[in-house]
Amino acid sequence: MAEFDKDSLRNTFIVALLLCLVCSVIVSGIAVALKPQQQANKALDQKQNILRAAGLLPQNSNVSEDGRTVNELFAEFSVHVVDLETGEYLEEIDADSFDPIRAAKDPAMSIALSAEQDIATLRRRENVSLVYIKREEGRLAKLVIPVRGYGLWGTLFGYLALDADLQTISGLGFYSHRETPGLGGEVDNPRWKQTWPGVQLFDLESGEPAVQLVKRRLPESNPGSSYEVDALSGATFTTRGVQNLVNFWTGDLGFGPFIARLKATSAT
Amino acid sequence: MANRTEVLVDPIFNNNPIALQVLGICSALAVTISMSQTLVMCAAVIFVTTMSNLAVSLVRNRVPTNIRIIVQMTIIASLVIVVDQVLQAVAYDISKSLSVFVGLIITNCIVMGRAEAFAMQNGPMLSALDGLGNALGYSVILIGVALIREPLGAGTLMGYEILPTVSNGGWYQSNGMLLLSPSAFFIIGFFIWGIRAWKSEQVEEPEYEIADNVQYREAM
Repeated sequence: MAEFDKDSLRNTFIVALLLCLVCSVIVSGIAVALKPQQQANKALDQKQNILRAAGLLPQNSNVSEDGRTVNELFAEFSVHVVDLETGEYLEEIDADSFDPIRAAKDPAMSIALSAEQDIATLRRRENVSLVYIKREEGRLAKLVIPVRGYGLWGTLFGYLALDADLQTISGLGFYSHRETPGLGGEVDNPRWKQTWPGVQLFDLESGEPAVQLVKRRLPESNPGSSYEVDALSGATFTTRGVQNLVNFWTGDLGFGPFIARLKATSAT
Repeated sequence: MANRTEVLVDPIFNNNPIALQVLGICSALAVTISMSQTLVMCAAVIFVTTMSNLAVSLVRNRVPTNIRIIVQMTIIASLVIVVDQVLQAVAYDISKSLSVFVGLIITNCIVMGRAEAFAMQNGPMLSALDGLGNALGYSVILIGVALIREPLGAGTLMGYEILPTVSNGGWYQSNGMLLLSPSAFFIIGFFIWGIRAWKSEQVEEPEYEIADNVQYREAM
């Protein structure tokens, strides 16, 4: 072994170079080969989240109660790109490739929010976002909008679903959050989620979103109780965050103008 | 040359990486909250440890001493990325719930420890068996911990309800502490106690004897 010195400078460089080459070929090969499958998984996951928020898919199963798959259920939805400022549909942007969360980080595609506007602590809001609409026999049946906002440890991402009257909430679900397990993490609790369907969204007099998460609910005879949801015990910041994000995204800076337009058109 | 079966079986109980060497407990705390996550994590560690030991052993006579740790890290990191990518493609839900912990296999002390301590000195076949054995030892403990944590903490096993919890309308008041990472410390501690009671040769000699309390004597 006298002629081969594995600790020589030359051998060090050769080994390092070869190792990097071989490893990078393996890693990039695998990444490229599996990319289509991974993207399909992400798309399917997104559809599941939307369907779960709308109450069309059970929380722990990939098929609905009548045995239909995610893709079959989601085929009833149409995806639209919406200008949040005017509330109008934008046909020229491709809904499949548009990512509202990425757009919110791009100064050209978003606006900065002032402190009093920014109740959900987003800092920037995209100008254009996506809505998911389910129609039955040509009439609006469900509207699902993406929502997000700051809780205690991080941003909660989810979907809010509204019934055909655009006044009654039909479900709220988060697909990503970093809240404390057992406290704020209870936003995922199926029993708590069940308290959302039926809650009234807009105050009938002012027309502003008026959902409140409260410690003690008003008696049911009081009309105010229809805007209330039980708060999560031990999770003040998460609760406040959820209340703010629902009211932000259904308000004037969120999908408010769009919902108002949709209401006007579906009434006629 | 060591016996092959011994190299494979020894790390499972006699020289368990978690119970005796107390390596790799970081991920043991994090992923044992549910059985399905645990099984996927174990499979990933078995693959990475076996393959990294094999690969490190194959190149051991060529690798310059001063960059050997970097070479091992690169091999391990590449294997972990492969595992992570495959999981994202075939088991998306589980890969989402495992999140960073698959990536953190890179820093799992067992993988690195076996590559440096065993694969650098032994042939490919023997090294692969050693990697497999150690990963199996790791898996045995993890599955044991998950078997306690998931049913008692959440009332489920593999996602199926076995103890109906109060919050779902059943009778079982779930033990929230078992859902938090520190509970795994207690369970692993009990396992170590159990294994050392069974195989008493694993009990370590005390490093020193505490002297009698002088002041106490004076007081008498």
